[in-house]
Amino acid sequence: MADLALVVAEHQEGKPKKITYEMLTAARSVAEELDAEVGVLVMGHDLDADALAEDMGARGADVLFVADHPDLKEYAAEPYAEVIRQLIEEEEPVLVLFGMTPAGRDLAPCVAAKVEAGLASDITGLEVEEGELYIKRPIFSGQAIATVRITRPPALVTVRPNTWAAAPTEQDEAADVEEVDVDELPENGIEVLAVEAQESTRPELTEASIIVAGGRGLQGPENFHLIEELADLLGAAVGTTRAVVDAGWRPYEEQVGQTGKTVSPQLYIAIGISGAIQHVSGMRTSRYIVAINKDPEAPIFKLADYGIVGDLFKVVPELIQAIKEYREQEP
Amino acid sequence: MNIIIPMKRVPDTAIQIAVKDGRVLLEEVETWVINPYDEYAIEEALRLIERQGEGKIIIVTIGPEAAQETIRKALAMGAHEAYHLLDDAFEQLDPLGRARVLAAAIEKIGEYDLIWPGFKGVDNDEGQTGVMMAEFMNVPHVSTAITVEEVADGHAVVKVEAEGGYRRVRVPLPAVITQTQGPHEPRYPTLRGIMGAKKKPLTVWNADDLGVDRDELEPIVEVLNVERPPARKAGRILEGEPDHVARELVRLLHEDAKVI
Repeated sequence: MADLALVVAEHQEGKPKKITYEMLTAARSVAEELDAEVGVLVMGHDLDADALAEDMGARGADVLFVADHPDLKEYAAEPYAEVIRQLIEEEEPVLVLFGMTPAGRDLAPCVAAKVEAGLASDITGLEVEEGELYIKRPIFSGQAIATVRITRPPALVTVRPNTWAAAPTEQDEAADVEEVDVDELPENGIEVLAVEAQESTRPELTEASIIVAGGRGLQGPENFHLIEELADLLGAAVGTTRAVVDAGWRPYEEQVGQTGKTVSPQLYIAIGISGAIQHVSGMRTSRYIVAINKDPEAPIFKLADYGIVGDLFKVVPELIQAIKEYREQEP
Repeated sequence: MNIIIPMKRVPDTAIQIAVKDGRVLLEEVETWVINPYDEYAIEEALRLIERQGEGKIIIVTIGPEAAQETIRKALAMGAHEAYHLLDDAFEQLDPLGRARVLAAAIEKIGEYDLIWPGFKGVDNDEGQTGVMMAEFMNVPHVSTAITVEEVADGHAVVKVEAEGGYRRVRVPLPAVITQTQGPHEPRYPTLRGIMGAKKKPLTVWNADDLGVDRDELEPIVEVLNVERPPARKAGRILEGEPDHVARELVRLLHEDAKVI
């Protein structure tokens, strides 16, 4: 029997999140060499297993494990970890993939401790050589890349968003559905008293394909409307630097860098950001970096694929205008 | 109320680390600091104690001899006592091993309400140990807390980071709370704090003291190699008037980079 590479899916009301597709791509990239089938575990309540099987099948999953239970409706570490613990015991996967997301980074170490398995966090590379799995992960906020090996199965990993493509495959066969027996689940014991979250229309920072980030060069919180306008035009998330957060101009949730979020979007537009190590280490793996800064000596230009030396208060409005015009030309 | 803060020292975050021969040259690090997230935890814990009018902060650190300097800094900030876990077998721990050693130390300390580490160390960027400790100790955990607002009736009210804002949760104690960036800049030790820190109790424990089997600490996650990330290739500086460069940038992002 073939081994199993297991993806722990994340979804919103039954609809898989992008990170789930990215994890499937990552799993598929090594499945053949590991002689493994690709399985995906979806936990939740009132799930549409058939629709999921079709969707996951098209993304390259061979098997869909469904754990459907009222206590799994919302994410909670203990019951979720217990389902995975049981599945690991029964199926003995060689590789288990989680998303490096708020839920995934909470859940994965919980599972790792339960089954006493090795966990590599925030991985950006997977390779197989002579049947051995080699894992790459940034350390020191991206100042270095470590290659690690997990000496006994299962190897647990959390996958950095935006690292693997969320591409569909040629496969059009639905995944085989296997229902996971969920009888008694442990309680989490944690009571949610209040949720004070502003509904944002912008994507989550660590999952965004495009990030528009503003630094001290904006000169004050009142000028961040420029950043927001550009971000909304591009469907992007808003990022910022530690200096800006410390000055109280923007909330901590937007901070990119060593003591903030580590991001890896397709496009990172750094506006009025000089490029201190603190900040750069959190965004240097972005696919394309654009820098707009008035100081030609700013270190951010060393990283930038495209740089504009100039006054951001002149350049950004022109950029907004240019994108609007461009959109009008190309329907 | 006893608050235990598992704390680690990390290289000064403002300085680039050196990488050579497949590893990080930690011996070349001149300045070590309290891991920033642990430091935020200490600050929030000090404020919690001030608000509640009672409580004790106990630092627990795995590290070499030289880590004592960092431990003293935490005591100078206002922590009350410390345990230094020092053993050759603790030098190459993976997160599971670290969690095992810390959990053993905390069980030995015995009395605790909150276990409150940073949510990750900014050296290895793993962010696993806190949650693993909670599992080993069979206590609940709350990840990425902004602060603990109140401790009463055997429960803590915790403000937690959430997408677009925060959540407020109530967790039975004892529990592990992992700290993200807090709302308050960690305080600098005062001269009086520094002097006082020298007299605060600091106990050193090794693997035998903790009753942990050294063989069980063998890392499962093995680091084979460390290298610098590939250098980014030289970029292109666009020159000209703002309207011109803006249009050129949009064209390049669309046609060459294909990202918009």
